[in-house]
Amino acid sequence: MRRFIDSHAAWGLLLAAGLAFPWATGNDYHLTVMSTAYIFAIATLGLNLITGYTGQLNLAHAGFMAVGAYTVGILTVDHGWTFWGALALSGAVCVALGWFIGIVSLRLKGHYFSIFTLCVGYIMFLVIEKWESLTHGTVGIMGIPAPEPIGALAFESPLALYYLMLAFLVLAVWVMRRIVKSLLGRTFIAIRNGDELAEALGINLMRNKVLAFQLSVCYAGLAGGLYAGFVRFIGPGVAGVEHTFDMMIFMLVGGLGTVLGPLLGALAMPWLTQSLQFLQEYRFIVFGPILVALVIFLPHGVVGSFLAWQARRDAKEGKPHAQD
Amino acid sequence: MDTLLQQILNGLTLGGIYGLVALGLTLVYGILHVPNFAHGAFYMVGAFVSFHAMNAWGWNYWVAMAASALAVAALAVASERLVFHPLRKASGIHPMIAAIGVLLFLEAAAQALWGADFQRMQTPYTAIVDLGGITAPAQRLLIIAAAFALMVALHLFLTRTTTGATIIAMAQNREGASLVGIDAHRVAMLTFAISGALAAVAATLYAPINLVYPAMGHLVITKAFVIIILGGMGSVPGAIAGGLIIGFAESFGAYYVSTDYKDIIAFVLLVVILSMRPQGLFAKRGH
Repeated sequence: MRRFIDSHAAWGLLLAAGLAFPWATGNDYHLTVMSTAYIFAIATLGLNLITGYTGQLNLAHAGFMAVGAYTVGILTVDHGWTFWGALALSGAVCVALGWFIGIVSLRLKGHYFSIFTLCVGYIMFLVIEKWESLTHGTVGIMGIPAPEPIGALAFESPLALYYLMLAFLVLAVWVMRRIVKSLLGRTFIAIRNGDELAEALGINLMRNKVLAFQLSVCYAGLAGGLYAGFVRFIGPGVAGVEHTFDMMIFMLVGGLGTVLGPLLGALAMPWLTQSLQFLQEYRFIVFGPILVALVIFLPHGVVGSFLAWQARRDAKEGKPHAQD
Repeated sequence: MDTLLQQILNGLTLGGIYGLVALGLTLVYGILHVPNFAHGAFYMVGAFVSFHAMNAWGWNYWVAMAASALAVAALAVASERLVFHPLRKASGIHPMIAAIGVLLFLEAAAQALWGADFQRMQTPYTAIVDLGGITAPAQRLLIIAAAFALMVALHLFLTRTTTGATIIAMAQNREGASLVGIDAHRVAMLTFAISGALAAVAATLYAPINLVYPAMGHLVITKAFVIIILGGMGSVPGAIAGGLIIGFAESFGAYYVSTDYKDIIAFVLLVVILSMRPQGLFAKRGH
């Protein structure tokens, strides 16, 4: 079973479910909800790399997503770029910005890092809101073009956009699994388990933390760029810290430090919110206590707790079990 | 000259409020080593309780302030018991995330109870006082007087009474404090009660010259975090000094630089200072 939920077959099954989803619903609204969930899932995977794998809670993640979204918005609407060119740059801008913010913020440890990034997130939000000549201020950017057709593939209909977002999510998951299974991923986990310990293994702390941070915000930037092309309207609210909190909930429900956990969290939670539609404004009356209860009673999330249970059972039966 | 004095007065007002909020935050950090993100929500609930007591029940400003301080103190103690106490042994980001859960819950609850609209709180002190050339609304002078009186009272409580000394002892060394017979649970609850009450009083003092709404705690709490990082996490004099620094930076920045960007000043200051001194301005050693 353990081997099943991390096997190619399980991921294949998930992919098949994603491909079959439009036939199961046949409803444009549901497609839109799911596509948005895919975009936030990409950003959540990024947040999980720095928080779940490397142990640094970055509260500016939504800020970076907004930087990506505004890169696409400004370049396409004000400078006539194509969506694809702007999207490529949205990741690059975040990687560059992430380097500067990373080398300053990652010198700080634990709480200091989180509070520092909270402030960085606020600066991003306020700059976007106040710098009207660049960002159109509180009005936001309207009329962002949809992704241009690639060959015979046009991305005008919700169905085509859905598959485009699914394709990006699959790519994001594949790359993320390659990263966390590699030596680099293990280096990040070593840093999470303890700075001193990691240093004793000969790991260059600063260089690896900055790298994890850049990869993480690259995911946020690309998710932001896709968001701009998908929703086709963006405002300063994208940078709001509530979005970071949302992604944190996705990550925690599923399980910190796994690839599957944050993915399932990000896909399941929007549907839960949808079904509590009457609560839309007040959803945190339910989610706030859920978050607290999860942290207290299920600190490894659903997937993490399942894996831990599985590992304990294997150990009891004397089976060897593969390290994740 | 007059505008200079006017800015000093504004700086003292802001500094007093920020100082009170930061004091509660820094006391809790000293005891539990948790950055309490829910503190801004305590501040917001404090403003709403006073507002409700004055508007719906017609209570007097001071009575409403006292009631709100008691209510928020109780709320803070409840959150300590239900959320932070079970997590006292958890490390890393989990208590922080739990604090964010409390924050989200309280904001949504306030919005459900009182709506998302901006409310204005009345004050019995609407006079404009003329102080030898510079004019000042009475409410601002009241804020300055009350905030600094509270800070002095808190200082005396912490340094001159045995109960206060237990808080300091706990902050300095948890095991040591337990060894000499200090009840850690009682001290933690007491600290949360004080921090909640300070937040409620600060909110009630500041609300009449500002607005009351569910998200009102966001900027204040973020600035309070800036202040306690500047002043050193857990340091009481550092919180007061940091509060004044940010208060003055904002009032002068708003006047001489730009009102649009006045909220950014505190954060830019933090980024610049931490870039040069990762351990904060006054802290002796980094963490």
